[in-house]
Amino acid sequence: MSRVSLEVNGASVDVEVQPNTLLVQLLREKLDLTGTHVGCDTSQCGACVVHVNGQSVKSCSVLAVELEGAKVTTIEGLAQGGELHPMQQAFHEEHGLQCGYCTPGVVMSTVDLLKRNESPTEGEVREWLEGNICRCTGYHNIVKAVLSCADKMKAGDASAAE
Amino acid sequence: MQDFAYHNPGSVADAVAALKGADDGKFLAGGQSFIPVLRLGLAEPSDVINLKGLSDLQGIRDGGDHIAIGALVTHAEVETSDLVKGALPGLATMAGHIGDPQVRNRGTLGGSVAHADPAADYPAALIALKATVVTDRREIASSDFFRGLFETTLEEDEIITQVKFPKAEKAGYGKFASTASKYALVGVFVAKHGSEVRVAVTGASARYFRVAAMEQALAAHWSADALDGIVVPPDDLQSDMEADAAYRAHLVGVMAKRAVSAAG
Ligand SMILES: Cc1cc2nc3c(=O)[nH]c(=O)nc-3n(C[C@H](O)[C@H](O)[C@H](O)COP(=O)(O)OP(=O)(O)OC[C@H]3O[C@@H](n4cnc5c(N)ncnc54)[C@H](O)[C@@H]3O)c2cc1C
Ligand code: FES
Ligand code: FES
Repeated sequence: MSRVSLEVNGASVDVEVQPNTLLVQLLREKLDLTGTHVGCDTSQCGACVVHVNGQSVKSCSVLAVELEGAKVTTIEGLAQGGELHPMQQAFHEEHGLQCGYCTPGVVMSTVDLLKRNESPTEGEVREWLEGNICRCTGYHNIVKAVLSCADKMKAGDASAAE
Repeated sequence: MQDFAYHNPGSVADAVAALKGADDGKFLAGGQSFIPVLRLGLAEPSDVINLKGLSDLQGIRDGGDHIAIGALVTHAEVETSDLVKGALPGLATMAGHIGDPQVRNRGTLGGSVAHADPAADYPAALIALKATVVTDRREIASSDFFRGLFETTLEEDEIITQVKFPKAEKAGYGKFASTASKYALVGVFVAKHGSEVRVAVTGASARYFRVAAMEQALAAHWSADALDGIVVPPDDLQSDMEADAAYRAHLVGVMAKRAVSAAG
């Protein structure tokens, strides 16, 4: 067993893990954060995407022991003070999901996109979603939600700056 | 996934010592090839030695006639590096087309090169750009480095520290990606070094290869049109459910032209 200390959704976590524990197993099985999903064995589906030190990564492809001192944010950590994150709100408004299995990963991935590129084109959103497989929506409303979120966040920034 | 002992060394010497001391040790970098391999039970190492604490393997430096990229530099860092975009824009574009954003946030240059997947993108760039692989003990020309399917000249306990990419006059990449994995069905990297041209192909066959007829045609006249009529025989190319050998042979021609156009 190895000890690892990290921060998950703003709270300090100090746990014993087997070295072969994946980050997603630590989140789901030890910390009961089951919003992060597992959809494949091959690191291809993106259902497990979380943020590590602000970057989107596949939590099924990182060992928990690698994360000493890291800051991890999962879908449970996005809403602030009971208010949905603008991306979650946009998925709700634009109906950007059907079964919802892929949704936590897609939301975490696209939040990272808007941090790097605050006004992506439709093509850029679609390309960014390369790592997230959705079997239900055909992506159409996902893309609409991301574009709408980008617009609202920019409008929000503008009014906040006034 | 079978359990293993985990090591997090702070120096190259300690990492090599940890590997030497293990029954069946393996290095870990970004984990984007190695962790899926572990999850599928295709490897069961006794010890896993994380290289990410080795600061010597970080960073992108301007070496005058070349760019030196540390083995731990991620695909996303190469994609967005001003230094790489300025000196070798074709290399930055290539890095930006590896896998997906999450793979690019973790996956590293050293891991890609050491893993030597026959459909990986970096090997074509290393061969065409006449890059040098630098390890903890020697320098290896890219033309001698890759041996075949997932095989390189690296010794079991040898660590790639950086790769030096000469600043070619022109460099470009054309990739036709698998829709499922994003690996190259065919990827062609072209580079012009003065009067010499190199055309390196990945994904098409079990081994990376160069196309001499294309190199000669481009050396005589640098333009996509110069490749008209040059065909690669399909005999040694891969056939699978995504593309048969004849289609891959056709794609080599199309991707080579796109690479030349992209290089400008
Ligand atoms: C969904 C998906 C899509 C992908 N698509 C592509 C693609 O389109 N094109 C592409 O090229 N790749 C693709 N990859 C692979 C990706 O580029 C990996 O990052 C890369 O193959 C391995 O780099 P890594 O840092 O993750 O290495 P790891 O997975 O950590 O290690 C891979 C191997 O290299 C060895 N190693 C690592 N670093 C060193 C070093 N410094 N010295 C010596 N040995 C070392 C390890 O021991 C291991 O055997 C994809 C991966 C995934 C999961
Ligand atoms: S569970 Fe499919 S990519 Fe992580
Ligand atoms: S909503 Fe069902 S998989 Fe995306």
